Formats: sequence, C-alpha cells, structure tokens
Amino acid sequence: MSHRYIAAIDQGTTSSRCIVFDEAGSIVSVAQKEHRQIFPKPGWVEHDAEEIWANVLDVVHGALQKMSITVHDLAAVGITNQRETTVLWDAETGVPVHNAIVWQDTRTDQLVRELAADGGQDRFRAKCGLPLATYFAGPKIRWLLDNVPGVRERAERGEVLFGTMDTWLIWKLTGRHVTDVTNASRTMLMDLATLDWDDELLAAMGVPRAMLPEIRSSAEVYGHATGTLAGLPVASALGDQQAALFGQTCYAPGEGKCTYGTGSFLLLNTGEQPVQSANGLLTTVGYKIGDQPATYALEGAIAVTGSLVQWFRDNMGLIASAPEIETLARTVEDNGGCYFVPAFAGLFAPHWRGDARGVIAGLTGYITKGHLARAVLEATAWQTREVVDAMNADSGVELTTLRVDGGMTANNLLMQFLSDVLDVPVVRPIIAETTCLGAAYAAGLAVGFWPNTDALRENWHRAAEWLPSMEAGVRERGYRKWQKAVQRTMDWIDEDDE
Amino acid sequence: MDGRNGRAAGADRTPEGVGRAAWSKVDPASFDNVERGCTVIRMPGPIQSIERAAAILRLLASGARKMGVAELATALGLPKGTVRGILRTLQHVGFVEQSQDTGKYQLGAALFHIGSSYLDVNELRTRALNWSDSLAARSKESVRIGTLHEGQVLVVHHVFRPDNSSQVLEVGALLPAHASALGKVLLANDPLDQLDDAGLVGFTPATCTDPERLREMLAEVRARGWASDVEEMVEGEVSVAAPIRDRRGVTVGAIGISGPIERLCGMTGEDARTPRVELVSYVREAARAISRDLGAIPW
Repeated sequence: MSHRYIAAIDQGTTSSRCIVFDEAGSIVSVAQKEHRQIFPKPGWVEHDAEEIWANVLDVVHGALQKMSITVHDLAAVGITNQRETTVLWDAETGVPVHNAIVWQDTRTDQLVRELAADGGQDRFRAKCGLPLATYFAGPKIRWLLDNVPGVRERAERGEVLFGTMDTWLIWKLTGRHVTDVTNASRTMLMDLATLDWDDELLAAMGVPRAMLPEIRSSAEVYGHATGTLAGLPVASALGDQQAALFGQTCYAPGEGKCTYGTGSFLLLNTGEQPVQSANGLLTTVGYKIGDQPATYALEGAIAVTGSLVQWFRDNMGLIASAPEIETLARTVEDNGGCYFVPAFAGLFAPHWRGDARGVIAGLTGYITKGHLARAVLEATAWQTREVVDAMNADSGVELTTLRVDGGMTANNLLMQFLSDVLDVPVVRPIIAETTCLGAAYAAGLAVGFWPNTDALRENWHRAAEWLPSMEAGVRERGYRKWQKAVQRTMDWIDEDDE
Repeated sequence: MDGRNGRAAGADRTPEGVGRAAWSKVDPASFDNVERGCTVIRMPGPIQSIERAAAILRLLASGARKMGVAELATALGLPKGTVRGILRTLQHVGFVEQSQDTGKYQLGAALFHIGSSYLDVNELRTRALNWSDSLAARSKESVRIGTLHEGQVLVVHHVFRPDNSSQVLEVGALLPAHASALGKVLLANDPLDQLDDAGLVGFTPATCTDPERLREMLAEVRARGWASDVEEMVEGEVSVAAPIRDRRGVTVGAIGISGPIERLCGMTGEDARTPRVELVSYVREAARAISRDLGAIPW
C-alpha cells in the first residue's frame, strides 16, 4: 500500500504545522512547532527563514513518525502559508540576505505614504485589487532593496531572489523558483487580469523583474522534493485564507467563509471575474486549478479578533486561557451596555482608518469583568457584521449562510451571537482545519488523489450549526450602539503623535 | 422543547458554575470523620479541628522538608496526641503522606489533584475539537464530550453525524450517568464516587438500576478502558465512550459516539448486542489523542 495520504504544510505566523489527511479528508496525524517572533523595533516583526525551513522539515517528519508512515505513503504535499511575509535570499548559496519581514510589520509606513501621495491610496487598486498598505509584499521588497547594502544590484542581475513563504519552501524543497497566483496577488505587483507581473506596478514600486518567481497555478506539481523527502511531489500552494476558502469547498460564486484566528478573514467566491470593491474590501485571487481559469474572491480583513481575547488574557490577566473567556462571559446574561472596539492599530475593513484607536464604550459602575468578556467576544461578531454588509453591497448577493472555521469556532457563545447579529445560520464543517485541508485538497487534485472538486464537496459535512434566535429589535439596537462606539474610535491619532 | 431556535439557544446555556463542578462537591461525610472524637460544634463559626488541620497543611506546604509529629506540635503549640489524630485523618483522605523510613509527614497527592484538576470545559472543547471532528468523520456517527455535573453528564461538545441531515446542537444538555456510555466512563473514573444509588431510574428494560450490578460494571469499565450503553437510555440506540485524561492521569471528561444499534453493533447472535470492534477502537484512539494533547501520555 502506498500513496494513501496527502500531507499539508501550514507555514503560519507563529508556528509551522504538518497535517496528514486520508482520502475522506480526515486528519490522520498532526505535528506543530513554533518559531521565534523577532521584534527589532516597535512595529517591526521578523522571522528567521532558515529556522522556519528547519521547523517545516521537523514537522513533516514528526507527523510521519507519529503515524509510523514514511514519505512513500504520501501521494503529494501541499503548502499553505502566512501571506505577504517577504524573504530575499542569495540564489547561489540559498542564504537569506535579511530576516523575513512579516505581514504585520509596519516599517514601510513612510514608504507607503510617499507612494500614496502621488495618486492616492487606491492608485493601483484597479490593476492589483489592493489599496496601498504596509501589509503587502511589494513595499517590503522595496524596503529590503533600499536598506540592505548591495542587494538591489544583485537583485537586478537575478542573484538575489524574492519569495513569500510558499516560494521559499518550494525553492528549499525542489530548487524551483515559483509562486502561485494567490500569493502573487498579495504583492501589489501582479495584474489581476493577466495573472502576470505588471511592468507599470514593478516600475512604481521599484522592484526588478529578475528577482521575481514564476507565477504558476495553485494546484500543479511544481517539482519533486530532494533531500530527506526525496521524490515527494510538491503539488499546491495557496495563501492561508485562500486555502481555507478552498478547504471549505466554496467553489461556486456567492459561497464564502470566515476564518476566526488572531485576526479574521471573510472571503467570498465571486467567480471568474474580479469584482472591484466600493466598500473597502480587497479583490484577490481565490485559487486556480492547473489550466482552468482563475477564480476570484472579495476579502474582508478584520485585524483584531482572537488577538483581543489574547490581550484580555495576557494584558488584563482576567482569564488563564483563551477558551476560559466563554466561562467568564457566561457569568452574565448580556454585555450590560458595554461595547469594545479593538482598533488597536486603526480600523481595517470596511473603514480603513489609521487614525482610530480602541475604545470601551458604555462603561458604568454596573459593568463587571463578565460584561467585558461579553463585549470582547461580541466585538468579533459585530466586526464580521460590518464586513458582511460591505460584501453584500459589493457583490449584490445576500449572504445566506456563513461557513466558519478556525480556533474561535470552539466558542459556542460567540458562534450563537454571530448567527444572531448576522441573522443567518452559521455552520462549522467537520474539519475545522480548513487551511491545511485546502492545501491538501489542491495538492490531491494535482496528482489525481481526488478526481475533481465534486469529490471534495462530498467530503464537506456540517459538524455544528447555530441558528439565529435574536429579535430584530434587539439586533438593530445592538448594531446601532456598536456603530456609535466605532465612531468614537476615529480621529484619535494626531499629527504630532509618535 | 419548542422551536429549534429556542432549543439551540437554551441548550447552549451552561448551568452556572459548571466549570468547577467535578471537584467542588465535597461529601459532608468526610468532615464528620474529621470531627469524630472531637467536640462537634453545631453552630455557625470556625470549627477548631479544621482550623488546626489547615494549619498543619500550611506548615507542611511552607517548606520542602518533611516534618515529624513533635516538630509540628511544637510549631503549632498543640499536644502531640492532637496533632497525631489530625494527621491520621489527613492521611486517611490522602491529604498527607507519611514516609515509610522516617515516619515524617509531607503533603499528599490527593491535595494536588484538588488544587489543579479543574479543567475549564470550554478549554476541554477547544483542545478536543480536531479529534472529535476526526472521530465523527471516521465513525460516521455523532460525537459528544461530557463531564460529570452533580451526578449527571453535562454535554460540553457535540459534533453532528456527518450526513448533512438536520441536527440540533446539544451542548449544555444533561444525560443520565448510569444509562449512558459517557456517564459510565465518568462514574468509573470518579474519585468522589458521585453514583446516586437512589437515582438509578430505568429508561428501558436494559437500564441497569441495581447499584451492586452497576458498581461491578463500572469496575469492568475501569479495567478495560471504555464503556458502552446498549439500548439502556433509548431503545434502539447504542453509545460507546472512553476517558479523556490530563497529565496527572485524572479523568477530566469522556468522549463517545452514539447511533442506532443496527449501525453500531454486529449483525447476529451475541454480536448483535456488542459494539463493533473498529468503532470502539476509533473512540479509544480519539480519547487517547486528546489525552496525549493534554499531556497524559508522554509520546
């Protein structure tokens, strides 16, 4: 018996994981390893790409060992990754020229403002679907070219290569320099229509084409691994949120999912045409299977959801572990009139206000830590509501069901409240690990482990469902108060603030 | 329950204080033992011997060193006989241990369990999420995770049967402990013995309502590591469960599947009332995987 399983590598922001799946899409084995978060200055976040590569090898072997299987039992491996995190390395030696700059890093703030001064924040939106912001890979490449001595000249000669984490791992595994359309769509350098690097965008960002990987589909055999995983086909790459969309089997226009993690990301399949957003959402590539046309998606990013619970745990010390917030929240019946808008680094979709900072509104002497715990959880639901409203407006289609995944879906109180404020059923699939599952599915399609997406849909099963039970009046009053609280976060940062 | 929405929301509401339930209920009889031989004060106010016992425990906890009766008596200004009596009772309930060689005393293992056994049920659900999903996918049956709550099973997690039929989330529901596989696993591994002899209600002809026979069954469950209920709660339904343990080996919950007897049991003869071996192994593997994540198994 060989080729019984598919492995997925999830190279995430805080850890790398490997999950092995069987043909039914069930988890067979998991291994995980955290890596260091490097903070050289306030607002700067870096990862050691060599450490990540070592961890990835460790977790793949770890997952195989746990099940007493070998690389020969795997039909293929797929990759999903933290998006936008940028690494440059020496093409000859394979040594990174600098730590990877992580998506959260805001060092390109000044650069992004300069670029926006000439044509506005949305000057590239029509082509790449994205507003100018520090998250995306393009400005990070530019910063490295400007700040690491000698790198620009060598990059122009193709001696220094760029990659997001998918590209870095595929290069380390197979020696090929490629990326997939979903990761490329987060660089600000790719034209959404042609799915190729765009000369105008490259010129504006000051990035030489010679250092860029070849853009391929999300599901094809990029190459075969060498080294300890020799012979293993590396057969998919998807940014983490796109992988979750794929793992949730959102293959038809109008189908969407929201992944609840540190931040939360709502993606809606919009079919074979990119939809430009008038409501502060991002236009991105959803996935591309081999030679088939690309599928596009609208994306609403919410910066602070799970991380607000972590903040509540670590900075306030009111709970010992994140899941305990549900226990604390259930000590009270409602939020007691208290609303928490966690605009810790400004407001993201759909507001995009960098001058906003967090508020707790509606405080009275009545409020207890239980009410605050409720307000913390409810913040995630209300922020989702704002993004869903924007998505309905942009796409012209009303969301009828929200598919959810991620760690916070274990929180029944939050999931019920989410269903209540959206007034639609909220459904969790049987595999909450949709990110890894999506990468496994794409890799499995590429090597014929699964015949087509219909077979994958048959693997999707409802594990839990929460139905709306809130009166319309209560919902509307709550949303009104939330929106008032949001208004109170704005215009907080002044010109002379550091 | 009326209306599916109402039920989902209502069932979801966890009874108050449930998180600490498994360990918060202390049998008053154990205190009577402490009082035997002393003056029992039947009025509000501090009970002297409990205060003294607490002082002994605090003293033993204050240093790494073991202490003898004379040392403790001197430190507390009490007669040696009094201290010895209290120590004997504390030793009986496992709160202190006496060294075989020196005769000196130290804090007992049971005390550590009481202090740290509490595992938040919401944390248990979070940690068990992947494995309970996997179990539902492999067994093709619904999965529940339960903890003991005042002698009943509180459902803290529920994964739907993966057939996309309409099902209602039963988190927060209570099940009879003696008539469910989850309950039997929890009772069999419950150090506080929450089995209520008088509360053994018969739901079907197969329900075990005889406390003696039930205790024998629980001993068997404890020995073999899993439990089943064959039409003991609902006619035609079968459940299978296994214990979830934490790093100290304490049972913090149980995970199990349930479904119709035709799917869960064999086809003929004796097999027709015996859960299928592969389903039992799926349940036990899931329980072990969660226990491993909680640190119970060091590999």
